[in-house]
Amino acid sequence: MDVTLPRRRLCFGLAAALVAASSLITTSTLAQPTFITIASTTSTEQSGLFKEMLPAFTKATGIEPRVVALGTGQALDMGRRGDADVVFVHDQVAEEKFVADGFGVQRLEVMYNDFVIVGPRVDPAKARGKDVLEGLRRIAAARAPFASRADKSGTHAAELRYWQAAGIDLGKEKGPWYRETGSGMGPTLNTASGLNAYALADRGTWLAFKNRGDLDIVVEGDQRLFNQYGVMLVNPAKHPHVKKDAGQKFVDWVVSPAGQSVIAAYSIGGQQLFFPNAKPRAEPARR
Amino acid sequence: MFEIFASLQAAWALVNGADPALARIVALSLELSLAAALLGAAIGLPLGALVAVGRFPGRRAVIVALNALLGLPSVVVGLLVYLMLSRAGPLGSWGLLFTPTAIVMAQSLLVAPIVAALARQTCEDAWRDYEEQLTSLGVSRARAVPTLLWDARYSLLTTVLAGFGRAASEVGAVMIVGGNIDGVTRVMTTAIALETSKGDLPLALALGFVLILVVLVVNAAAYGLREWSVRRHG
Amino acid sequence: MVESPPLLAARDLTVVLGGVKALDGLSLDLMAGRRTVILGANGAGKSVLLRTLHGLIAPSAGTLSWARPHRQAMVFQRPVMLRRSAIDNVTYALSVNGIPAKERAARAASALERVGLAPIAERPARALSGGEQQRLALARAWALKPEILFLDEPTASLDPGASAEVERVISAIADEGTRIVMTTHHLGQARRLADEIVFLHAGRTVERTPVADFFRQPASKEASLFLKGELPWT
Repeated sequence: MDVTLPRRRLCFGLAAALVAASSLITTSTLAQPTFITIASTTSTEQSGLFKEMLPAFTKATGIEPRVVALGTGQALDMGRRGDADVVFVHDQVAEEKFVADGFGVQRLEVMYNDFVIVGPRVDPAKARGKDVLEGLRRIAAARAPFASRADKSGTHAAELRYWQAAGIDLGKEKGPWYRETGSGMGPTLNTASGLNAYALADRGTWLAFKNRGDLDIVVEGDQRLFNQYGVMLVNPAKHPHVKKDAGQKFVDWVVSPAGQSVIAAYSIGGQQLFFPNAKPRAEPARR
Repeated sequence: MFEIFASLQAAWALVNGADPALARIVALSLELSLAAALLGAAIGLPLGALVAVGRFPGRRAVIVALNALLGLPSVVVGLLVYLMLSRAGPLGSWGLLFTPTAIVMAQSLLVAPIVAALARQTCEDAWRDYEEQLTSLGVSRARAVPTLLWDARYSLLTTVLAGFGRAASEVGAVMIVGGNIDGVTRVMTTAIALETSKGDLPLALALGFVLILVVLVVNAAAYGLREWSVRRHG
Repeated sequence: MVESPPLLAARDLTVVLGGVKALDGLSLDLMAGRRTVILGANGAGKSVLLRTLHGLIAPSAGTLSWARPHRQAMVFQRPVMLRRSAIDNVTYALSVNGIPAKERAARAASALERVGLAPIAERPARALSGGEQQRLALARAWALKPEILFLDEPTASLDPGASAEVERVISAIADEGTRIVMTTHHLGQARRLADEIVFLHAGRTVERTPVADFFRQPASKEASLFLKGELPWT
C-alpha cells in the first residue's frame, strides 16, 4: 500500500488529457494529405453542390478541399486575414475590391445561378411576376413582412442593390415589416417560413430547403436576378503561408472543362442549379 | 407532436443504420468533448482546490470572477480563440484554425471555469471538515490540494461531467473556430445547426436525439465507474 | 529532586474566539512522562486549550515554549477519515511527515496491529464503526511516534464497549512513553487514565493536583462544586 496512489492517479489523468490533446494536434497537422481551405458561401454548401463537386476535384488532384461556409462578406474577411487559401463567393463588387486591395490574385468567373423572391403562396402583396423591382415595390407598399439576411453576404448585398434600383429608400421605409435576421440563408428562410414573410434567396438553397411551410417562389426569371460566382486565390504575397500551388490547382480545375461539366451536371429534382460560365482561357494563369 | 415522433423514428434509423458519416461525427464529438473535459479538468480542478484552501489577497474577487465565468458566452470564447489562431493573430503560425485542436482549445476554455468554480465550492466544503485534522497531521495547504481532490472525487466526477456536457453541447464557439468542415471539424452540434439551416428540422432534431443518447451513455458509464469505485474503495 | 525543564511551558495564554475570551491568561507547564487529564465545566476552555497547545489556534497573547524539537499529534472527538482504506489513512500521515516510502507499510501495519485493526486494514475507513474509526485515529497518531499526544474527548461519541477499547489503546500509548494530555467529561475515565488532573475554570488553570488527591479532596472551591455536580457540564 502506498499513499502516493491518489497523486499518481491525478497525474495519470493529467497525462491522459495531454496525450489526448497532443494526439489531436499531430493528427491535424501531420497525418493529413495536402489540403486547402476554401472560404465559400452557404449557398454552394447548403445547396449540395460541393458534395458533388469536391470529391471529383480530390479524385483529379489528390488534394482535399476543406470548406468553411459563411456569408460572402465573412468569407472575404477570412481571405483578408489569411485564414483561407481560396475564396469562392458571389458578390462581384466586393470581389473586385478584394482583388484590387491586393488580397486576391485574380478573380475568375465560374458560374451563375439566380435569385428568386419567395413568399406566401397567397401572395398578399401581389408581388408575383417576373419583375424583381416591381415585386419589391409592391411588398414595400403593402408593408408585407420581408425577411432580410442583413449579414453582409452576397445575397444581402444583392438585395440592397435591388431595393435601391427599385427606388425604395430602406432607411426611410424600413419598419416592423422589414425583419433583419442577421443570419445565413437557411436560418433566414426558416424565419420567413415561420413568419410567412417574403425573402430573397438563391435558387440552390431554396431548392434544397425543406422547411418551406406556405412559401413558394413568387418572382423569378428576371435577368437582373442572375447571380455570378467568382473564385480567386488568396494572395501569397500578402499571406506567405497560402498554399498557392494546391490553391491554384483548385481555381484552375473549377474553370476547366472538367470542373465546369461537374457544375452543369448538378441538379435537384431535375432542375439544374448552377450554370457554368467560365471564360475559356488560352493558358492557365501563372502566378 | 407528429414531428417529434418522426424525429425519434429518424434518430432510431440513424443509430440503427450505423451510417458511417454519422458514426464519424459522433466519434469526433465524443473524442473532442472528452479531451476538452479532461483538459478543462486538468486546469480547473487544481485551480478550484487552490482557491478553496488558499489564503491570498483578492481571493474573494477571484471567487466572484470564477463564478461569473460560469456564464461565459461561448461565442466570445470562440471569437477570442479565432482571433488568437487566425493567421493574422498571435498564434497564427501554428496553423490550428479550423482544426479539431482549435475546437478542443475553445471547449477547454469554456470547461475550465465551470470545473474550477464547482470544484472550488466542493473543496471548500470538504476543507471545512478536514482542515483541523489535516493541519494536525502536518499537511500544508499545498499538500492538501491533491488530498481534497482525491477525497472529493465522487462529487468532482459530477463536476467534470458538467464540463463534458458543456463541451458536448457547445455550438457557437465550435462553429467559429472549427468552421464546420465536413469530415474534419463537423461535430454533432454544428451538424444539427447545418441541418436546421437547410430547413430539415426532423433530421436536425433526430441528430439532437442522437447527441442526447451519446451524452446519456457517457454519464451512465461515469455513474457505473463511480458505483464500482465506491464499492471497492468506499 | 531537581525536575528537568518542562517539555512545554505555556505562559499567560489568551485566546479570543468570536469576541469571547476562551482562555484568559492561562499558564501551564507540562512535564515529560506523565498523563494529564484536563477537567472543567462546559465552556471552561478545555478544547481551546488543547488546540492552542497543539498549534491549531494562535493565541492572541502569551507564549508557548517547547523544551526541544518534538513530534506531537492530536486525536479529535470525531476523527476525520480520508476516503481510502484504513491502512492508507495511516500511510498518508506517514508520507506527509516525510517517512521514507519503504518504511511506511510496515509502520502502518504495526500501528494497526496494536489497536486491533489489522484484520480490517484494507476496509474503507469511512465504513468502519465509530469505535473502530477512533482506534484508527489513534493508530494514525501513534504511527507518527509523537512525544506528546493531545486527545480531545476521544470517547465522547462512543458506547461503553468501544470506549473501553479506546482507553486500553491510550494506556498502551502512554506506557510506551508518549506524554498524554487529554480532556474528558467522564470522571471514571479520568480516574483510570490520569496521573494528574488540571482543572480549568473560565479560561484559567484553577488547580493542578495528583489524581488521587483531586478526587479525594480538590484544592479549589470550583473543583469541589464541579465534583458535586453543581457546575454545569455537558
